[in-house]
Amino acid sequence: MATLTPADTHAHDDHHGNYITCSKGIMSWLITLDHKRIGVMYVIATLASFLLGGLFALGIRTELIAPGETIMDAETYNRFFTLHGAIMTFLVIIPAIPGALGNFVLPIMLGAKDVAFPRLNLGSFYLWIIGAALTVYSMLQGGIDTGWTFYTPYSIEEGRQGVFWVGMGVFILGFSSIFTGLNFIVTVQRLRPPGMTWFKLPLFLWALYATAIIQVLATPVLGITMLLLAAERIMGIGIFDPALGGDPVLFQHFFWFYSHPAVYIMILPAMGIISELISVHCRREIFGYKMIAFSSVAIAFFSFLVWGHHMFTSGQSPLMNAIFSAITFSVAIPSAVKVFNWILTMYKGSISFTTPMLYALSFLVIFAIGGLTGLPLAVLSTDVQLHDTYFVVAHFHYVMMGSTLIAMIGGLHHWWPKITGRMYNERLGQIGAWIVFIGFNLTFFTQFMLGTKGMPRRYHDYQTGLGWSAETTELFHTYHFISTMGSYVMAVGFFLTAFYLLQSLVNGRKAPANPWGGASLEWECSSPPPHHNFDETPTPEYCYKFDHWVWNDEEQGYVRRDTAKS
Amino acid sequence: MSAHDEHHGPGHIISFRYTLGTFLALMVLTVVTVGVAQFDLGSLDMPVALLVAGAKASLVCLFFMHLRWDRPINTLVLVGSIFFVVLFLIITMFDTGQNVDLKDDGDSPDVVTTLESQSLPVVD
Repeated sequence: MATLTPADTHAHDDHHGNYITCSKGIMSWLITLDHKRIGVMYVIATLASFLLGGLFALGIRTELIAPGETIMDAETYNRFFTLHGAIMTFLVIIPAIPGALGNFVLPIMLGAKDVAFPRLNLGSFYLWIIGAALTVYSMLQGGIDTGWTFYTPYSIEEGRQGVFWVGMGVFILGFSSIFTGLNFIVTVQRLRPPGMTWFKLPLFLWALYATAIIQVLATPVLGITMLLLAAERIMGIGIFDPALGGDPVLFQHFFWFYSHPAVYIMILPAMGIISELISVHCRREIFGYKMIAFSSVAIAFFSFLVWGHHMFTSGQSPLMNAIFSAITFSVAIPSAVKVFNWILTMYKGSISFTTPMLYALSFLVIFAIGGLTGLPLAVLSTDVQLHDTYFVVAHFHYVMMGSTLIAMIGGLHHWWPKITGRMYNERLGQIGAWIVFIGFNLTFFTQFMLGTKGMPRRYHDYQTGLGWSAETTELFHTYHFISTMGSYVMAVGFFLTAFYLLQSLVNGRKAPANPWGGASLEWECSSPPPHHNFDETPTPEYCYKFDHWVWNDEEQGYVRRDTAKS
Repeated sequence: MSAHDEHHGPGHIISFRYTLGTFLALMVLTVVTVGVAQFDLGSLDMPVALLVAGAKASLVCLFFMHLRWDRPINTLVLVGSIFFVVLFLIITMFDTGQNVDLKDDGDSPDVVTTLESQSLPVVD
């Protein structure tokens, strides 16, 4: 490991200044080993993917605004929702928090100079780029229309060339995810400075650590699944295709053995961010630190035991259904532990409704709805009714989009001054958070209603005569119309956010080292941080006590109490 | 463990006695594998074969891969990984095993019986 010490690897470009100004030129970014620059590249790359996936979403919603064909035919629609799902899942929400914010923040919060394997870190990023390029290339090959789950037998039928390329892309993206996880595990295990004990770790790092374990353990199964799919398509070996003697349900077992833990790869880091946001922006010690930390690990463990709840109607055996249904309820326990602890952290806290805090509050509301609507889906009798309806779509988006992405954007606002050294327009930030919150609920709450009324997911049309009456079509039309309008509202919110964040880079106020009064180590270094993060090895303290940070008008930020007196 | 930490260089070196002992044990277990395969143990065939194979793999990990002298976390990582693989295989094989009748040709009476036993509709 000694050969990979960042101090050595960066020696050649070590100048005074922060990590942005320490070296110049495009190559200094493209081959950088600095975790902060790699994190920034991930931010740009995942947000660009978010824009692409979001445009597909707007296309889907616009098509569904009225019954009948509106702007695209059924085949194009199938491609749109498949690419929306594949891009948002594999290119945005899986890598966004660990890759972008995790990379930037983890080593600084830990008090380290870089991650344990900086070259592997850069390698992860380029694997992501290759995976993303292959996914985009599949669009040029006619796209794919199997849904993001690539269920057999659709995905092994002739004439679906795009599946091969996306499959390759997902395979490679999996390795990117594994390497990032591996890097984070070793970093947290080995690079903690003296005094940084496990129970002094910020909760975001506990969450990233738990996530990394899932990444390393579960993601190989995705790779194996893609290889088996390729073996079946190319060599005609019967694995999943009944015509060749295979079993399509087996594909679902393989797929969900990865993809269920993967939803915790998405939500756990988000929960870590929320622990930071609520504590710092309420200036209140986090309630139940150890329980939140252990609940992250418990969620990681349970995540491996519940994959069969995606398959209640797939022909899975009744005994397995009953077992998976029962275990699924157990996930509610550590999730609820976190929610109660966040709420109790706010109790008697000094809550400031800053943009990051507004996003954290949005998360609490949305995650509560998203989590509780998971229960009817875990109960066998109700799931048979709700499976493959818009209820599932709404539940999934409440948890993955409304919770994970909202937390990611909240975290981005929280660390934006640290990353860029600039403050954004706080007023516009608050307006943007409200618009996104309102737009999100308009879009997806209506979909719960659509689902309970029987609107199936992935349908291009809902005209009368497709199995329901004129009144039902009218009802579907009303809900779909509201949902589509909500998606436009959300788009306005996101474009506004993009606008003021970019504007801050041009003429934003210079950020102080500690604009929010946070007590974890990243607030000790300047904004943006110096190239090596810390000039001297920092002395870690328990980071959820905020008394020693006081507001300073001159700095327009928080300074240490002892500094303020002198 | 402590010996390992203090040792910089090629790592922990185990004595020839251990190496030979492990090798002989593996040979004996291989004979057992072949021997057991000669008898039809019915439903016990697979568990017995897996038990012997598991014992051999454990010997390799403990002695040839030095896990016995290594930090406990490495054992935890290995055991944890094996646990999840076994979990995945057992549940998936159990489920596909239960469904096997459904994959027979369509008009097999087994299919009808299985569907009826699960209160599922039988369509001609």
